[in-house]
Amino acid sequence: MPKVIIIDDEPLARSIVKEYLAKHPQLELLGECGDGFEGVKMIQQHQPDLIFLDIQMPKINGFEMLELLEQPPNVIFTTAFDEYAIKAFEAHAIDYLLKPFNQERFDKAVSKWQEQQQSHVPAKTDELLETAALSPAQNQRVVVKNGSKIKIIPVHDIFFLEAADDYVKIHTHEGYFLKNKTMSHFEQALDGQQFVRSHRSYIVNVQQITRIDPYEKDNHIAILKSGMRVPVSRGGYGKLKAVLGL
Amino acid sequence: MSVSLFTVRRFLISFSIAWLILMTDHAILLWSLEWPIELAIIDSLISNTLLLMACLLVMNTIRYYTPELNQYLNVLCMCIVLTVLWMVLSKWLLGLALNSYEGYPLFLRRSIMVRSSIGFLIMGIVTMIGIIWYNWQDQQRSEERKSDAEKLARDAELFKLRQQLQPHFLFNSLNSINALIGARPEEARKMVQQLSDFLRGTIKKEETQWVSLQEEMQYLQLYLDIEKVRFGNRLTTIVETDPPSLTLKLPALLLQPIVENAIKFGLYDTIGETVISIKTSTGFNNELQVIVTNPFDPETSSPKQGTGFGLKSVQRRLYLLFDRNDLVVTEAKEDQFTTRVRIPQLPDITTQAKNTDTA
Repeated sequence: MPKVIIIDDEPLARSIVKEYLAKHPQLELLGECGDGFEGVKMIQQHQPDLIFLDIQMPKINGFEMLELLEQPPNVIFTTAFDEYAIKAFEAHAIDYLLKPFNQERFDKAVSKWQEQQQSHVPAKTDELLETAALSPAQNQRVVVKNGSKIKIIPVHDIFFLEAADDYVKIHTHEGYFLKNKTMSHFEQALDGQQFVRSHRSYIVNVQQITRIDPYEKDNHIAILKSGMRVPVSRGGYGKLKAVLGL
Repeated sequence: MSVSLFTVRRFLISFSIAWLILMTDHAILLWSLEWPIELAIIDSLISNTLLLMACLLVMNTIRYYTPELNQYLNVLCMCIVLTVLWMVLSKWLLGLALNSYEGYPLFLRRSIMVRSSIGFLIMGIVTMIGIIWYNWQDQQRSEERKSDAEKLARDAELFKLRQQLQPHFLFNSLNSINALIGARPEEARKMVQQLSDFLRGTIKKEETQWVSLQEEMQYLQLYLDIEKVRFGNRLTTIVETDPPSLTLKLPALLLQPIVENAIKFGLYDTIGETVISIKTSTGFNNELQVIVTNPFDPETSSPKQGTGFGLKSVQRRLYLLFDRNDLVVTEAKEDQFTTRVRIPQLPDITTQAKNTDTA
């Protein structure tokens, strides 16, 4: 029996989903919660097959919550986001329900999901999150998981990013955090006037740089306020100079 | 502050050329009266340099205290006084430099009237040019302010429209009502009523209308009640109104965006219960003071994020009305974000509002 979780910060919004869900006895409601932190815990604990997820929620939004999961479940978004804003995600989500919605519309979303389950169409959650990460609301911070804790890093707290196999190390004054993303993802998502890819494996926060010294032949090294040193390749030096207006 | 006329390149060039001509003319005139050339040049240099200084003084004065075009008498007096001063000073200096030439002291005494007249004339012309320039500049600036004010008013209008619609708020409220209809129809009915009253309040009020705090608070309460239904136990509000402040006036719908901002900031930046407090009091000079506080998480958000579009619009509206930028102040202390708004009370608020509207 497929298992379902509801995540929405408004209690009444959860209760209407529950009400509509009652007409689908084939789905088992495992629980509900009011924010993304609880959501991550509940999803890891219960491994649901489908979640009903609100987008605007306290601390971390629905997309950021999904990013924290190694294997995000199938999602039906329930949101009052205007249609225009949600259009960008249409291609990647199973469906989205614009609040307020009725039973009929809800049933349609559920059957769409069931059809996809039967035809084994893979959920395109990764693409969805990639699209969402480029939205202006989300390029001001990075949400990471640190053990069982969730950490929100405002981008101005980032010293630099370093490639580390399948992960990216996000260096801050509290040490580094790992995020399962690519360098080019961050290069795209972060503001190019503040974050410069100084090297194939490094993206540096220009506001942290105190000086740039020559280093070996053709190369440079950026010295940060914290004393940390970030390699700068020849191409990276050009990009840095352009951003810093040198 | 006006831009000095001397920063205008074309004026500077023509002014310098005019002065050179004046000096040459002066020297040639003396020379043609059969004074030695060096005397003619020294006389011209001394008189005209001093005159130039006097003229610059006049220009500088009217730059800072631009007289109205109809205050001729003041300007005239200033020119006369400066001419006399200029004459006395140049006569003394000329005497000092040139009295050794035979017949010069007598010539100097006799030519005083002519010199004064010409000096006065030139100073008069320079002054007129200055006055016209600075008045024109003033006019341009007020023209600019006017068009700025019109633009801001338009923006406010646009924002008001957006506020009226408040899609996010509206759709979420409708969603809550939808949920209540099944389970608690009585409450659904109540919320429909509150939402209607709230929307009617936004529609019927004019941006320029002033209302009493009492009226504004009643309207705000509708908004708070709706939000409390939406967010349930998470949202608690504390409203403390100091009774004398209730009769004070404020521009209609001014507080709702501030409270909305506080609720959003508080609810979406923290987890668990959120307490929003609204306190009103009578401040210095009988002005209305409203303090709204909400919690936030200093670790993850900068207080800058708290000053969203809503607060900016309030700031702009108050600027339009009072020409002051210091009426909305925000402060982040520990985990509390405070927005303090002061609304000056004017002797006749309604005319003030109209004036600003048409200015």
